[in-house]
Amino acid sequence: MLDHILSILIFFPALAAMLGFVVHKDSMRSYGVAVATIEFALSLWLWFAFDSTVSGMQFMEQIALVPTFGINYIVGVDGISLFIVVLASFFTMIGIASLGETKDIKNLIITLLFLQMTMAGVFSALDAIVFYVFWELSLVPMLYIIGAWGGPLRIYASVKFFLYTFAGSLVMLVGMLFMAYFYFQATGQWSFAILDWYRLILPESFQLWLFVAFFMGFAIKVPMFPFHTWLPYAHGQAPTIGSVILAAILLKMGTYAFIRFSLPLFPDASVYFMFPIAILAIIMIIYTAMVAYAQKDIKQVVAYSSVSHMGVIILGTFALNVEGITGSIFLMIAHGVVSGALFFLVGVIYDRRHTKYMSEFGGLAHVMPRYATIFGLMMMASVGLPLTINFVGEFLSLLGFYKQSHILTLLAGTAIIVGAIYMLAAYKKMFFGVVTKEENKHLPDVNKRELIALIPLAIITIWLGIYPKPVLGTINTSVESVVSLMHEKAQTQEAKSRIPNIAKEASAAKNSVEEAH
Amino acid sequence: MLSPVNVSIESLNLMTLVPMLIPIVGALLILVIDLFKSEQDRSLYVMLSLLILGVDFISLMDSASVFHKNGTIMGVFDVMLIDGLAILSQFIIVGASMLFIPLALTHKRFHEFSYPEFFALFLFMIAGFQFMVATDNLILIFVGLETASLALYTLIAMHNRDKSFEAAVKYFTMGALAAGFFSFGSMIFYALTGSVEINQIAEVLSANKYADIGFVLVGVVFLLASFGFKLSIVPFHTWTPDVYEGSSAALAGYMSIVPKIAAFIVAMRIFEFLIHSGVVWLEVILYIFVVMTMTLANVWALVQTDVKRMLAYSSISHAGFVMAAILIGTTQSNSALFLYWILFSFTNLGSFSMLWISRQKNLPAHQQSDHSYNKFAGMIKTAPVAASIMALFMLSLAGLPPFGLFWGKMYLVSSAITSGYTVLALIMVLNSAIAGYYYLKLIVYMFMREPIMEDSGHIYSANATLPLKTIIGIAAIGTIFAFLAINQLLEFITMFVYNSGY
Repeated sequence: MLDHILSILIFFPALAAMLGFVVHKDSMRSYGVAVATIEFALSLWLWFAFDSTVSGMQFMEQIALVPTFGINYIVGVDGISLFIVVLASFFTMIGIASLGETKDIKNLIITLLFLQMTMAGVFSALDAIVFYVFWELSLVPMLYIIGAWGGPLRIYASVKFFLYTFAGSLVMLVGMLFMAYFYFQATGQWSFAILDWYRLILPESFQLWLFVAFFMGFAIKVPMFPFHTWLPYAHGQAPTIGSVILAAILLKMGTYAFIRFSLPLFPDASVYFMFPIAILAIIMIIYTAMVAYAQKDIKQVVAYSSVSHMGVIILGTFALNVEGITGSIFLMIAHGVVSGALFFLVGVIYDRRHTKYMSEFGGLAHVMPRYATIFGLMMMASVGLPLTINFVGEFLSLLGFYKQSHILTLLAGTAIIVGAIYMLAAYKKMFFGVVTKEENKHLPDVNKRELIALIPLAIITIWLGIYPKPVLGTINTSVESVVSLMHEKAQTQEAKSRIPNIAKEASAAKNSVEEAH
Repeated sequence: MLSPVNVSIESLNLMTLVPMLIPIVGALLILVIDLFKSEQDRSLYVMLSLLILGVDFISLMDSASVFHKNGTIMGVFDVMLIDGLAILSQFIIVGASMLFIPLALTHKRFHEFSYPEFFALFLFMIAGFQFMVATDNLILIFVGLETASLALYTLIAMHNRDKSFEAAVKYFTMGALAAGFFSFGSMIFYALTGSVEINQIAEVLSANKYADIGFVLVGVVFLLASFGFKLSIVPFHTWTPDVYEGSSAALAGYMSIVPKIAAFIVAMRIFEFLIHSGVVWLEVILYIFVVMTMTLANVWALVQTDVKRMLAYSSISHAGFVMAAILIGTTQSNSALFLYWILFSFTNLGSFSMLWISRQKNLPAHQQSDHSYNKFAGMIKTAPVAASIMALFMLSLAGLPPFGLFWGKMYLVSSAITSGYTVLALIMVLNSAIAGYYYLKLIVYMFMREPIMEDSGHIYSANATLPLKTIIGIAAIGTIFAFLAINQLLEFITMFVYNSGY
């Protein structure tokens, strides 16, 4: 069964969703929780069976799909994708378990299970077309979640989300077809397998164009400045569960794809575009942090802060060394946990008051002490307090980029301070002071159902903040092989010097990881 | 003194005529049955047509295996040309017709289906299309084209609504113009080369190195205009939405597939040598037409308020997309054309059938048109299964993987990239992105709006009967599980296209 565990992880929720049509709607919630728990247990099993000393792909499966055109169903995980797969099934589980009373709960749960299929698929696909299939397919459930359960502007927001991403990924598709064509020219065979593509060394001019084509698809998904405009709408209108999954998992598809495709396929182009992208990332960090400060709506604050931290992930990725990439992958998980939790928390207060304006609140710490504690913890994690999960990732990402450029890293570092300002300001407005509004005086504190989601997230936040090694070590092993591959493939002098030679620096990298502990 | 013509029967290869003769004989049979006993139920005619087409399909499989062994066959004074293109396109024509004809078995009675003439004309039309694709003689192409078109005009008019007469007359006028253009274009080529056979025209033209390029261009423009009308290439597309709106949804879906594949084959035969002639102008003309058709049709589709009109514009855009395959003109792109069209016929069959089963007999007072977007509002609440299936077809049309049409699109775009048409590939995918919007619009109406009708969802399947549901089921399965069949299809198609030298 372990041989096919990835396929089971991908298609089990889809099958369960189909059977879910038959389940009576009163029992649907239990059904959803049961299925998602099995899925999560399977993903945990995957983690335990995973050999963290091996850097390559594990649990690979291969089935021919269109062999004449080189398309095969290939899946596998390595240290880079493993934890995101686990995180995705974890969020699906707690997301379904903590669902509040909503209309059409049956359809919602079926949609979430389909979404889980696409997420597991994206992060384990090792064939570009299979990757593309799941990548595009993930848009449909999200479109439906935002469009059917969202706020007043939901249709505009959902269509914008869909079309923006769809357009970007079609350009990416052209890039993929180009890659396959290059592979065909080089070897006389069509292939869309990523591991085959890794062996291909492309001339720099082609790399640049292909990098841009892939960048269009990934950057819109992340979303990077200036393609981020769909995200505030999507978050603003989406129901709580939609925002949580979107922020925690779906956005990671973009950053993950950078590491899976752009870096190893186009090392020279990655170096060439390192500074432009870093500057975009820093604009993204600073600008969205400032925008977040200007928001009146707490959900928008969380949304913009989420974009801001995605900037740090990009920065870490394009540090192109082991620390930076390891840090950015760890930060993906951290960001998933923390911003997912923040969106949950916003959902909690929205369920009680049906407003998200901060001016409507004040002094909530007296009324809802448990809520205020968890919110405070997550907020501290979000601004990157040491001993919380985000700190590890942010520190490593910035450390990685510090080796490439001191000034830019310094700028990014100040932006994190701005992050602290707006988060603390928002916290002050909502939780401290006296209770001004009559409605707020008797708000019930977080209930059991909500705690199901929040307690595990809080535990992870602290646990991985204090002791990140089990996760970090595994990631590190796979990232080292990616970086050494990049170094080997790099052709220009610039790229050779920017991407460290792993054999020499292996000891240094280990030390820095130890430091973070 | 005329010498007697001495031809042996064997050299005529009369077997090449069999696939065309089967529907003709079948049509006559239906008329004869009516002669003896009229007022029969339509189910008799539907099943008879289905049987005849089935026999036709088997005879095609026979000629496919002959082609597989012996290669291209000429017959009947070398007028008939049975090559891979002819066989593949006949498969599509007959197969699509077989899937469409059961749509006549609706729950409500539409009077055109009670006439045996309807089915006789239908079969004559198929024979016409088969002639059109199985020859490279411009005169026989013309004959086939006219046989098919005249039958089709009548079929549209038989729908017996004000709008359908308008549609038939409009289609007829445009069709007559196209026929005129076609004969004029053929005349020019005949004047230039002294032949009406496409391969000889190509030989003579390349032998004298396109000396009369001016005349060639004029001829090409006339031929392109005539195909433009048939394929509804912008700017010759103006009839399409009106004709689709006026005819029944079943027939509109049929028109979006079968006549076009026939015209594509003829266009492929003619432009294959013209594109490779090295005359840049020819390529530029075709390039402009392709880009205009894709883009403008998409923009018009955005603003439609009726689903059927939207689908009409979308089918124009798809035709432009596929026309790009002819422009590229490699084996891969020509195979992509067939792959695309097979997948497209499944998806379009499904989406038009979904409109067809929701068709009311008479237009209610509050509704502007038969299939306005509003009619589908909130469909997920009242008819969840129908809404999901409709959404499936829309997603497939938008090219969302892993549904059918995605694979066609991908292969076609890939063929553009392989042949160096990178800009064209980008235009193609961006157009797919634009098209995403209007397909999504229907999904938005169905899934995200509140229902407007007080009806309990019965309206969406008012017309459904078991045969219709079966057809929709076949289309849905074909759309979802296309990825399992792509490999075999691709190998089969590529072999046929490659062996016929395209």
